[in-house]
Amino acid sequence: MAYYVRKVAGFLVTLFLVSLLTFLVFQILPGDPARVILGVDADPLQLQQLREELGMDRPAPLRFLEWLGGVLRGDLGTSYRYHQPVSALLGSALGVTAQLAVYALVLTAAVGLPVGIWLAHHSKKKYALPVSLLSQLGLSVPSFCVGVLLVSVFSVGLGWFPSMGYTPFSQDPLACVKSLTLPAVSIAFGSAAVLIRYVQASILEQEGQEYVKTARSKGVPGSRILRVHVLRNSLIPVLTVFGMTITDVLGGSILVENLFSLPGIGRLIATSINSRDLPLIQGLVLYLAALVVVCNFGVDLFYSVVDPRIRRK
Amino acid sequence: MKKRVLGLVLAFCLLPVVFAGCGSQGETASSGEADTAVVRMNIGSEPDSLDPWQSAATDTEAIFHNVFEGLCSFDETGAIVPGLAQRWEVASDGLTYTFFLREGVQFHNGKEFTAEDAVYTYNRLAGLDGEEPLSSDFTVVESVEASDEHTFVVHLKQPSAAFLALNIEPILPEGYEEQATHPVGTGPFRFVEYTPAQRVVLEKNPDYYDQEKMPRIDRAEIYIMTDPAAVVSALQSGSLDVASIEADDAQVLEGQFDIVNAPQNMVQILALNNSQAPFDDVRVRQAISYAVDKDQIVDSVFGGYATKLYTNFSPVMETYYNDSLEGTYDTDLEKAQALLDEAGLGDGFTFTVKVPSNYQPHIDTAQILAQQLRPLQITMEIETVEWATWLEDVYTNANYQGTIIGLSGKLDPQDVLGRFASDYDRNFYRYSNPEYDQLLASAATELDPEARAETYKRCQEILTQDAAGVFLCDPNLVVACRKDLKGYTFYPVGFLDFSKLYYETA
Amino acid sequence: MGFQRVMQRCLHKGTFLLGAAMVGLMLLLMTVGLFYTPYDPEAMDTQHALAFFSPAHPLGTDQFGRDVLSRVMVGARYSFLVGALTVVFGLVLGGVVGAVAGYYGGKIDEVVMKLIDVQMAFPGVLLALMLIAVFGNGLQNLVLALGLMSVPRFARIARGGFLQYRDAEFVKAARARGAGDGRILFRHILPHLTPELVVTGALGFAGAVMSEAGLSYLGLGMEPTTPSFGRMLSEAQGEMLQAWWYVLIPAAAITLLVMGFNLMGDALQEVTRHG
Repeated sequence: MAYYVRKVAGFLVTLFLVSLLTFLVFQILPGDPARVILGVDADPLQLQQLREELGMDRPAPLRFLEWLGGVLRGDLGTSYRYHQPVSALLGSALGVTAQLAVYALVLTAAVGLPVGIWLAHHSKKKYALPVSLLSQLGLSVPSFCVGVLLVSVFSVGLGWFPSMGYTPFSQDPLACVKSLTLPAVSIAFGSAAVLIRYVQASILEQEGQEYVKTARSKGVPGSRILRVHVLRNSLIPVLTVFGMTITDVLGGSILVENLFSLPGIGRLIATSINSRDLPLIQGLVLYLAALVVVCNFGVDLFYSVVDPRIRRK
Repeated sequence: MKKRVLGLVLAFCLLPVVFAGCGSQGETASSGEADTAVVRMNIGSEPDSLDPWQSAATDTEAIFHNVFEGLCSFDETGAIVPGLAQRWEVASDGLTYTFFLREGVQFHNGKEFTAEDAVYTYNRLAGLDGEEPLSSDFTVVESVEASDEHTFVVHLKQPSAAFLALNIEPILPEGYEEQATHPVGTGPFRFVEYTPAQRVVLEKNPDYYDQEKMPRIDRAEIYIMTDPAAVVSALQSGSLDVASIEADDAQVLEGQFDIVNAPQNMVQILALNNSQAPFDDVRVRQAISYAVDKDQIVDSVFGGYATKLYTNFSPVMETYYNDSLEGTYDTDLEKAQALLDEAGLGDGFTFTVKVPSNYQPHIDTAQILAQQLRPLQITMEIETVEWATWLEDVYTNANYQGTIIGLSGKLDPQDVLGRFASDYDRNFYRYSNPEYDQLLASAATELDPEARAETYKRCQEILTQDAAGVFLCDPNLVVACRKDLKGYTFYPVGFLDFSKLYYETA
Repeated sequence: MGFQRVMQRCLHKGTFLLGAAMVGLMLLLMTVGLFYTPYDPEAMDTQHALAFFSPAHPLGTDQFGRDVLSRVMVGARYSFLVGALTVVFGLVLGGVVGAVAGYYGGKIDEVVMKLIDVQMAFPGVLLALMLIAVFGNGLQNLVLALGLMSVPRFARIARGGFLQYRDAEFVKAARARGAGDGRILFRHILPHLTPELVVTGALGFAGAVMSEAGLSYLGLGMEPTTPSFGRMLSEAQGEMLQAWWYVLIPAAAITLLVMGFNLMGDALQEVTRHG
């Protein structure tokens, strides 16, 4: 019990430090949110009024404490730029980003698993080399690079998919899937490559284990060994890759979302920095830090349930 | 590494939430049906505020000029025409303006428009109601009164030639407090909704008083799109009906769309900090003006869709434009070298231009300029800065050597040329010339239109002679229109006039 | 296993050689570019903008008519520089931090690891965006941002290693002979960690090249007229409707470099782990 209390306390300290750091960075960052919002033609009187409205005329430490107090009450504040509650903006951006994450994950699994299994059994063959190199390519091409190339071929060249923008699922499911396809493929290209290598490595490792050799010597057919024994035990690394992909995508793939103009978390990160929207960026940083910490924390928990041997000292 | 499994579990728990949640986000692109009553257009930036008193951005005005109206309005040439005031009289001393208001006009919330609303509006703007004024321009107003229900009188502290143009400022209904969330005006379009980062929707106001300006479309959807490439693909996929585009995309869209363009009354300038060496020497600024080849910028950055400039004024404002300056500083490297020799910088020098990183045309222009200055052994280094940083460092604090920027034009020449006045708080050029200041001041109170225009022409001449900056071009506004959509109208200020748009039925 | 032996084995692996060949090609382009480029990489020829591949311009020209091959040759210089400086930065800072944490343990370890946790919880791109927003664009700030981002990775490896060896027999022996902490850290333990740090370095190099491209693509990082691959890619994307081929060149250059270092790093890792 004491272990979990310490964990949670550590988690809260991390969140606090991260938001304090963000706040401090924004204090030294040049740029005045009021001027960014109103632009070059702003009347000095308007500027002053907006600054007061945003509370920027008050001392910084006070503002930080007030923000902190709000967070403790569950209020993330109001965005400077959009005049909307930060939580609402986060929620709607997360909706888009989560759809993208799920789509990318499905693609990753659909490609990564079969190819990984296949490669595990044929990796020594000559004909497997191109496949293996292709997966290496997946690891090496940045996702936005893949994105740009996909757009040039499938949107500009063939016109099969829109190159930008997002259609909500509720409005037109097909258009929604279409609008997310190229971004999802850009992400899945890399993560499938990672998955392939993990699957391949863990199957090879499992097959070297005694229990597989025993099963084989007892005459259990190869496909059954693979299905029942090997795959099950290779599951943990597979889930690991899934988890990594999810965290990455839910954390907002800034480049991919920007490239495809998707109104998700990554895009919100970019625009909030550009417009010096402190409440929004604070909310985002909290969300992102929590995402990483909660995932790590949850994974610890998960492992200790699945495999009591790894339970922490 | 093997620590993120839970993410997966989390994701699948989230899945139903995600897909259920997306219904509430509002629609982004339309289904693409040929619904002729709707016009979908793009805008480059987020509205700063829906409340006109808290808004200053050109893009916001461009949309909301459909919703709000002032006592005066403007036409395609930038001339001031009647708006909510049918006509007006100016007293001979130039201190009293009497506006005769239209009758039978209703705000979108059903309230009748009367002189009381004008009183309310002008009192707030000028701070005559005991609160802080909202606009420094309006502080010239001494007092206002409603002499009857449809007559509104303004008294000024001193004569002001620029006052008339100020009256395009929207009249807001007295007693209505929700402007920031649901704006209400008298215009031909009513506000429907605003989804941040996505779109603004307007609908036709069927009760509009002026049949001639009655909209011929039912609905206007304005999508916020910051990426020019996104605009092109939205046009191509049919999610936009009309869009302002980057000049170099025009060629790609030409076959499918009607491309129209017009100067937009903007001045793209290579601003040089006049208060710092070496640009405190007029000869150095002139030398750079001679070294620059504007044609190359017009062709290469703007695909030919731009108008060369010679002073801080666009030819689109015909009345005030001084065309005799055309041809000054045509590219002449020998003259440039001679001027530099004279200034003692014959062997060149190095300086840095700070360019806002979110304006690709300015960055491209910078790259070309850097190249053009090389023969003079001038090294121009480019530093891209975030827009927020640019506003603070360059625009507010003039902490820079050179920069490239395009400032949009205004209806009143005083607003455009006043940017170079030495007492103007945002004179980031740090240009200062007593003769210029004095001419500007006299123009501000000059009530004879012709004499006023002459003064402004003289001001432009001074700016050119002093090479206050290197005036590059007015990048045209390039618009791609669906072939059956007609009536797109250009104005010398940002205004997307939806009331003139209509679909041609085949 | 000694470092030399690791290298010997690597040279017998096909993937290592392939990776080396890719990096070698870019290295060759860069080296030649130091002395000779077909054109001035910044010279514009707007009359011949966006030209397709031709004998005069083997890789075509960009939107200002600048020769793309020449720009790639010079661009490689910056990619190598950023990659190398980032790795050195991360290696030195991360190595020292990790070494101190691992070797001394206890409170110091706890504090250091907490700080690293905080940094890991802070999304990398966001960190870079902020750093660059504070300090501005340019090579040294880019290296600073990327280097800071790579510190935790090196620190963890170093910490793990020093933790493992601090009670090893040879360390005890050295201590008994009166060797100081510094000497033990660097002369005795460090050599045992070299292979792993080299692997991390190679992968970190690939990561830095990728991040540089990403940031420059966002308009951060290297300033214009500097032919950085990321900037070329974003410029090419803007011209995609007119010249689809231009985008292939920076994409290929980035891929060659990243894949080359990845292949080499992986091969090294395999050899050190499995012999």
